[in-house]
Amino acid sequence: MIAVRAALAALVLSASVVAPALADKKGNSVRFLYDQVVENVDPFMNNVRIGVIIGQQVWDTLIYRDPKSGEYKGQLATAWKWVDDKTLEVELRKGVKFHNGQAFSADDVVYTLNFVVKPESKVTTRENVAWIDRAEKVDDYKVRIHLKAPFPAAIEYLAGPVVIHPHEYYAKVGPAGMNEKPVGSGPYRITEHAVGKYVRMERNPDYFKDSPKGQPKIEKVEIRFIPDRQTQVAEMMAGGADMIMNVALDQAQQMKVVPHLQIVSGETMRIVFLHLDTRETTTAPPLRELKVRQAISHAIDRDAMVKQLVGEGARVLHTVCFPAQFGCSDEAAPRYKYDPAKAKALLAEAGFPNGFDVDIFAYRERNQTEAMIGYLRAVGIRANLRFMQYAAMRELNRAGKSAMMHQTWGSFSVNDVSASTPVYYKFGPDDVSRDPEVRDLLQTGDSSIDGNVRKAAYRRALGLIAERAYSLPLYSLTTYYAANKDLTFIAYPDELPRFWEMSYK
Amino acid sequence: MLIYALKRCGLAVLVAVVVSALAFLLLRASGDVAIALAGEGARSEDIENIRRLYGLDRPLIVQYLDWAAKMAQGNFGTSLYFKTDVSALVLDKLPVSAWLALYSLIFALGLSLPLGVLAALYPNSWVDRLCLALAVVGQALPSFFFALILIILFAVTWRLLPVSGSDTWAHYVMPTIVLGYYIAPAIMRLVRAGMIEVLASDYVRTARAKGLSSRSVVLKHALRNALVPVVALSAVQLGFLLGGSVVIETVFALDGIGYLAYQSITHKDLPVTQAIVTLLSVVYVGLTLLADLANAWLDPRIRVGGGS
Repeated sequence: MIAVRAALAALVLSASVVAPALADKKGNSVRFLYDQVVENVDPFMNNVRIGVIIGQQVWDTLIYRDPKSGEYKGQLATAWKWVDDKTLEVELRKGVKFHNGQAFSADDVVYTLNFVVKPESKVTTRENVAWIDRAEKVDDYKVRIHLKAPFPAAIEYLAGPVVIHPHEYYAKVGPAGMNEKPVGSGPYRITEHAVGKYVRMERNPDYFKDSPKGQPKIEKVEIRFIPDRQTQVAEMMAGGADMIMNVALDQAQQMKVVPHLQIVSGETMRIVFLHLDTRETTTAPPLRELKVRQAISHAIDRDAMVKQLVGEGARVLHTVCFPAQFGCSDEAAPRYKYDPAKAKALLAEAGFPNGFDVDIFAYRERNQTEAMIGYLRAVGIRANLRFMQYAAMRELNRAGKSAMMHQTWGSFSVNDVSASTPVYYKFGPDDVSRDPEVRDLLQTGDSSIDGNVRKAAYRRALGLIAERAYSLPLYSLTTYYAANKDLTFIAYPDELPRFWEMSYK
Repeated sequence: MLIYALKRCGLAVLVAVVVSALAFLLLRASGDVAIALAGEGARSEDIENIRRLYGLDRPLIVQYLDWAAKMAQGNFGTSLYFKTDVSALVLDKLPVSAWLALYSLIFALGLSLPLGVLAALYPNSWVDRLCLALAVVGQALPSFFFALILIILFAVTWRLLPVSGSDTWAHYVMPTIVLGYYIAPAIMRLVRAGMIEVLASDYVRTARAKGLSSRSVVLKHALRNALVPVVALSAVQLGFLLGGSVVIETVFALDGIGYLAYQSITHKDLPVTQAIVTLLSVVYVGLTLLADLANAWLDPRIRVGGGS
């Protein structure tokens, strides 16, 4: 199967070297292909990557994090300050208009935030707004956001997934209407949305000049949904598209020789780790022994995997967070070197000289899971692959039926440790270790306002998790983009193509 | 004829009801519906609330009758994933699959009828062997592989056709060829077998003896009778085409029923899955009924309980 696909890929690529490029340079438009369909483009009503991407092109947030400097700048807001631990006062920008002509003011912020925190609104990604208690209008251009508890990462969330909707329109049509005819204030406005087929956007000529996003140059963007990756590659070859992402490593390497294409690799914020159920109820009791978990940590050659399977720009991780996230540190974490002999010795010491059997669950990058199975089997751990859809694996995990999982997490591109580590170690539904010491440290980190206190707490928590080997952090993932040679763009680690920054040479 | 038709209709309705009940039961057997509905991060209180809200704590037979009643009125509920009306969703995606199925059947018939007749006219000759080879290749070739080969040749290398999508008639050419070629072999072999049998029969010898032209004998007298099993098979194949084209729809990014079914299964979107299974079963049953009636009309012996 893999050989067939490789041969086909080679055929496709050799065929297209002769064919000329059909860039859409003249039309100054970008045709972007994506595999997963977005069920509702309202950013609060979906949790797929393409939803996040569309959200940032069509809507604005109060605060904007500059992807290059990491600095927080005002977007729909001009200034903000913490009145107390749980109250954020935000001053709003004047002169901004939504795509339907309505002027932006405090009413829009208040309505949007109060709507999304209500449980009846059935927001899909509750974690993104669960920290908000309510929003209060102070005057036409000033609001106060009240938090449920001190949450320093609030700024990061206000700069990411929390977009602002026009209040009159949203009140009238709701999320369903917003999906059919989206209205935001962003650099692009959606002209057509055929659910499941395409989303067509055009440049917003009235986009406010002071936006930190800058003014868009590309005139039109068409996002088409093509489920099969091979078909996406074929479209790129045939000139039917200008950009795709998540290209497989082997195909990216082959596509490099095609003259009208450029291949760009970028590290992503997605971390990969081997997640182990260490509770009394685990279906794999050997995993309760620390020496067994340490053995697993020594059994896998992460450096080799990064080089051969993951791609350029990926790095081996030693803690369960993405290094650039605020609070992420591996200073207190032990380093587990690849040492199969030591792994076998540890297993013997733990009472498993002949290894043991275990099911390993995975839902993506199957070749990486298979590589890990190979390494585990070499030291006697007979891992049996159970490959399934993410939703199915999550259900098993929450029912305590999957002891070993090849897990990944993208943190919704939020640049703060509170969006990653606590998901798996703070006694939430996905926590399969339930260590109260770790939980308390993470709680301190999540809720302290003092940055240094947060960093210290997180460092200790991450160190403990690594010492106790609750999971084996593996590496960060890279993604490969294939694009028209003449398209200028930057591949940021948050996997968010910023069409408003792109242009043709 | 009327009695026969009524009997068949009654049977069809019965089959449809049984299939819908089976679909209803099987889908519920695949996991706890309340958990799927409650979604990510739901606590057990949320799940219990959902159970009460959707009436999932009622006896199965009550749930089924309620669902069947709503369905009879055209209300298939709301999609859990797309959060829109299920019937609107299905109706939106249906035309693409329906047209593709129809075009593929026409292509398949256009390919298999001439080939089948040709093979029957010269049995066991090199013509026959060639037709047989074509048939075998069609059945053995995996459809996604064939699809990708066509894309490489016609879209990437020669730039004659678009790679994917469903906007113009040109977008349907490659999917039609792939799907049509997949079902053509069975029809071709049936045509060949039927023709060979019919050509050896007495009335054909009579026709030849009467001095009728070869063309008239073959097309007017022989083919019409050989077509009886072909009609039945074509109807069944149409049902298969409508529901079984997930792979083609995925490769060519045709936003049809097949792909919707795949999406609804992966997202545990129960209302949509139920609706599609029911719809396809009803279509299948309807097509088989039509095939039965058409055959009965073509061959009166079937109406009286005999066979050809």
